[in-house]
Amino acid sequence: MNYELRIMNCTNLLDVRNLHASIGEKEILKGINLTIRRGEVHAIMGPNGSGKSTLSSVLAGNPAFTVTEGSASLHGIDLLALSPEDRSHEGLFLSFQYPVEIPGVSMVNFMRAAVNAKRKYFNEPPMSATDFLKMMRQKRAVVELDNKLASRSVNEGFSGGEKKRNEIFQMAVLEPQLSILDETDSGLDIDALRIVSQGVNTLKTSENATIVITHYQRLLDYIKPDFVHVLYKGRIVMTGGPELALELEERGYDWIKENS
Amino acid sequence: MNPLNQYIELYNANREVIDAGSAPLLNALRPAALEVLLGNSLPVKGDEGYEVTSVDGMLAPDYGLNVARIDIPVDIAETFRCDVPNMSSLMGIVANDKFVPTKSLLRNLPEGVTVMSLAEAATRFPDRVARFYGKIAPLDNPVVALDTLLVQDGVYIHIADRVRLDRPLQIVNIFQSMVPMMAARRILVDVGENADLRLLLCDHSNNPDTDYLALQVIEAHVGERGHLEIYDIEASTAATRRLSCTYVCQESGSEFLGNATTLLNGVTRNEYTIDLRGERCSAGLYGMAIGSASQHIDNSSVINHRASRSASNQLFRYVLDDEAQGAFGGLIEVFPEAQFTEAFQTNNNILASASAQMHAKPQLIINNDDVKCSHGATTGQLNHEALFYMRSRGIPYDEARTMLMQAFMVDVINTVSVEALRDRLRHLVEKRFAGTLGSCESCRKLQ
Ligand SMILES: Nc1ncnc2c1ncn2[C@@H]1O[C@H](COP(=O)(O)OP(=O)(O)O)[C@@H](O)[C@H]1O
Ligand SMILES: [Mg+2]
Repeated sequence: MNYELRIMNCTNLLDVRNLHASIGEKEILKGINLTIRRGEVHAIMGPNGSGKSTLSSVLAGNPAFTVTEGSASLHGIDLLALSPEDRSHEGLFLSFQYPVEIPGVSMVNFMRAAVNAKRKYFNEPPMSATDFLKMMRQKRAVVELDNKLASRSVNEGFSGGEKKRNEIFQMAVLEPQLSILDETDSGLDIDALRIVSQGVNTLKTSENATIVITHYQRLLDYIKPDFVHVLYKGRIVMTGGPELALELEERGYDWIKENS
Repeated sequence: MNPLNQYIELYNANREVIDAGSAPLLNALRPAALEVLLGNSLPVKGDEGYEVTSVDGMLAPDYGLNVARIDIPVDIAETFRCDVPNMSSLMGIVANDKFVPTKSLLRNLPEGVTVMSLAEAATRFPDRVARFYGKIAPLDNPVVALDTLLVQDGVYIHIADRVRLDRPLQIVNIFQSMVPMMAARRILVDVGENADLRLLLCDHSNNPDTDYLALQVIEAHVGERGHLEIYDIEASTAATRRLSCTYVCQESGSEFLGNATTLLNGVTRNEYTIDLRGERCSAGLYGMAIGSASQHIDNSSVINHRASRSASNQLFRYVLDDEAQGAFGGLIEVFPEAQFTEAFQTNNNILASASAQMHAKPQLIINNDDVKCSHGATTGQLNHEALFYMRSRGIPYDEARTMLMQAFMVDVINTVSVEALRDRLRHLVEKRFAGTLGSCESCRKLQ
């Protein structure tokens, strides 16, 4: 089936069914079900250690985790059968809770490799140097990322806020269909929070979707979710509308722990 | 037969021919070298300082030597097929062990700079050559003794006091032979007071499938406030064995920078001994080793701080893939007189495959209280988190690995002071990791 058709025929952007995943002998995800359609924003909340980052890692293909049961598909294709790089090319993006520092690899080379790898995947020639630099400039503006950072090593010596803005900058460059933002708000002051969420909102269209993983209601004031899920002990134990986030803010997680 | 005896016999049987093809000054040291070797054996794997490398084993094949000095035609055109036109490097060629100046070298050598055949220099200026020949590299190192026993030629470089060469001098060692062979060469470097030399050595093979043993001893003397840099870059072949011993003697206020880069090779043992004899000297020794398949790369360094207020810094990095083997042995010795010494040594290694092996042995001997010294060695794998991060951005696994390995070498490449060489090395390392490096590429001229 050709690619365009595949996208159009498929209503769900992401379909996760009964997903189980472990690290070593330890099972962390214990049967996740999640359906996301284009144009939607989903928030995933839950106490520390629930498995939120694990879910994002598993969807992005981190080889540290083993999927033991279940399935996940992205616009109809079997996500779990793809390498992390192909998942990216197919439109998945993960903004890391802890972006990784890579000494010796400059931001420019890193982004050029990423952009050209994607073009190669779709049988397009590498981008010209001029076009590439122009695009970098435009995308940096989305999160007001300093030009100076471009010549530095990936995330090395970046402040907490710069790292998170750098993640959204990369998202802007790669134009994913499904973005997972793992605690992108943690460690941000109110100014940076505003810039980052504005960036995310600018990139939002009716064709893509976003999963926002967060602890706090405050990010959801900026990025309005259509659905809120509570992840606890490796399962989604509750799903509701935006009002659920407010309730969690007010009551904490204890009542959920008791009920589940 | 015991490998050492092969060469002693070869010497005994060809004494007159060897002497006739060399110079009296070089011949005069052979009996002393022979005496050392007769009571000695070559280091074998497991000996102190030779934990993973057997010099005895490297010399086990009965390599022939071109003792009669039959001219082996070195096809210069072939060698410089990859030349970059209009570069004005000062370049000399050593074909096996015979020095061949290029026309442009002879034309462009500034006043006060001598670059010529060692045998010729020893005949023409015996006093000048005798000042340091056999005086810096000690015969109690069996490799030095063997080289001294068999060496007939090599390169003599002299930079007169206060002469500063503005361009790097490049010596290309070319191996050319259809039959297995060994070449024993000697490079004598005499940098005068306040003089300045940057020397680039690279190895090149015109017969990549022929077994070859390169035996090399470098003796370098850096006069007061002199400056010497030696970049020794190997991009040879799996059939090459290389035994190289570099001895540097530094006078007060002098600076030395050594760079040992192994990109492609068979079995290599590089030894560096740096004597900081004068006060306020500085020495930097940097190494980069990239091994895959069954490459074997062993670097060993001894830094002797003999006088006060000198500084030394070392950084060696290895990336070993497949079945490659690496070793780094580094000894820093601070003598009682060497107050206010600063000596640092770092060795970091990445094992990119489960069957690659690294042996690191850092050592510090401090006989003095007023020093700042440190050493550290780490051996690990490619950073899995960084690898996943890159892949999650769409960078394919192999490319991400290559980028991380390349990144690991950046700190060593940045120590290269000659900009054109730094760029060249960066490019060579990139090609090496991409698997597209040919063995001739490091020989391209630098401006
Ligand atoms: N690399 C790992 N090794 C062992 N346990 C891990 C690893 N990563 C996560 N875990 C465990 O998995 C559980 C879920 O962690 P995580 O997904 O980071 O939770 P969250 O993001 O919801 O705070 C925790 O109990 C954590 O200790
Ligand atoms: Mg987390």
